[in-house]
Amino acid sequence: MLRHLVSTVKDAVESDAADMSTRPVIQVSGIRKTYSSTVAVDEVSFEVIDGEIFGLIGPNGAGKTTTMECIEGLRRPDHGTISVLGLDPFRQVYELQPRIGIQLQQAQLQKRIKVWEALSLWASLYGKKSEDGELLLKQLGLAEKRNTWFMDLSGGQKQRLFIALALINDPALVFLDELTTGLDPQSRRVIWDLVRGIRERGKTVFLTTHLMEEAERLCDRVAIMERGRIIDIDTPARLVTRHCPERTVIIGLDDPSAEETFRKVPQVEEVTRSDLGFTIRGRGEDLVSDLIRCISENRMRVTNFRTIIPNLEDVFLKVTGHSIRD
Amino acid sequence: MNLRGLWTLTWVELKIFLREPLGALGTIVIPVLVFVLLGRGVGKRLDPSELATSGFLHVGLPVLASLLIAISSVLSLATIVSIYREGGILKRLRATPLRPTTILTAHVLVKLLLTATTLCVMVLAGKRYYPVGVHVPVFNFTLALIISTWSILSIGFLIASTVPTARFAQPVGAIILYPMVAVSGLFVPLESLPPAMRALGRITPLTYAVSLLGGIWKGDPWSAHWTDVAALVLTFVVCTAISAKVFRWE
Repeated sequence: MLRHLVSTVKDAVESDAADMSTRPVIQVSGIRKTYSSTVAVDEVSFEVIDGEIFGLIGPNGAGKTTTMECIEGLRRPDHGTISVLGLDPFRQVYELQPRIGIQLQQAQLQKRIKVWEALSLWASLYGKKSEDGELLLKQLGLAEKRNTWFMDLSGGQKQRLFIALALINDPALVFLDELTTGLDPQSRRVIWDLVRGIRERGKTVFLTTHLMEEAERLCDRVAIMERGRIIDIDTPARLVTRHCPERTVIIGLDDPSAEETFRKVPQVEEVTRSDLGFTIRGRGEDLVSDLIRCISENRMRVTNFRTIIPNLEDVFLKVTGHSIRD
Repeated sequence: MNLRGLWTLTWVELKIFLREPLGALGTIVIPVLVFVLLGRGVGKRLDPSELATSGFLHVGLPVLASLLIAISSVLSLATIVSIYREGGILKRLRATPLRPTTILTAHVLVKLLLTATTLCVMVLAGKRYYPVGVHVPVFNFTLALIISTWSILSIGFLIASTVPTARFAQPVGAIILYPMVAVSGLFVPLESLPPAMRALGRITPLTYAVSLLGGIWKGDPWSAHWTDVAALVLTFVVCTAISAKVFRWE
């Protein structure tokens, strides 16, 4: 009896510990949102776990922003339930706001508001000191822009200011909607580093993007969304493995007889010869290592070895039947 | 009402407005200049005995000038609110602990402050061109103008709530407000207007603003104008109630 009790307590403690690492901070179940006759979000359900960067990816008009704004409490879904940090974002929006940080898609500030004024206004709204804002300005590389009007900032600087505003209240959860849209590749990389920095501080990041490269480099897990529905959710690597197991290896080798040897390697499906060597197609994670073993066991004089591995963009094409750029 | 951030936001919005190319110039300097020039041009050609009998210069001009200040505030409010909506600024502000009413109240306060400031500067400048001995109840008149502006601002909000884009705010507002001045009894007494226009004048809030401002300028007690105040408050309540229903944040 006593032993039973002890083991129950132990189970409870262990399951608590397990909960701590995978505690959902956002739970969305069965939400739907329609605008007149258009269904923007259609029976969407997912969870976002504490401390991860979670990305909602899909083309423009897929329903990403509507989904995010329902979670932020800015819109009310027609039906379905949402829990954010244990709160109902629509009914308890004023309790939720101090605990979340928001960056909106295509938002603007007053043209002639100075950078420091915006931060100090935001700080006062959340009951924080202005110094917190100054520190953020330094961290985001905006310190020398503190007296600049919003309208005179570059696109990247505006986005960094919006990140600063989203972080001013030291939120547990940060929402970033199409953060790098319209930015040049260099500013984009700076922003990516900043977002990784947010995660390092132990915060959860929920972002939307239509850039597959961004999702692949930044997100721990992504949900692919199209026409208001979520098609699949997983880590970028697992999504690629699941939906696009094809691998292509290009080998530079001037030896026609090798063709037969390559064909015998398990998982190889197709070998084509060209002037410079072979293009080998197959599927599965082991294809590349099997080919390397084959090359070394047969002491082939290889001059080139290149692998073509599918990415999220290919996954998107596979699961939706069209490219994200269409 | 939770007013957290109201003072900070009002202060920031005031600074932003004064940074506009036509901010301070348009709201304070130009009205005062026009008033002074008018006073100089018309005033010099009149001898003091005529001044006492000239109702328009005596009461009408200050009331007209005040009304124009109020209307320019209202048009500017309608424009700013629609620009803020178009640019997503309203939406961004709403996604903070700021209450919607706080955001709008801050703008109203900025406008009222500017209206009152312009009026005070105008009265000080105008003192030179008015016969000595006219005791204008500056405090009461300022209060009357603030009440009138507040009431007309609610019409501005209604315009801002319904215009499709910011470009329409100014012309739509002007088309609605300036004809109201024509039938307000300021230039021609209500009684001498054709019946249709007279009826229109009676339901126009500006008529009550004109009556209140003119009366207070002449030194009437507040008790003589309670119907005017009531009409202005009613306008405010009705317009605010409709705005609250139809206002769009984005």
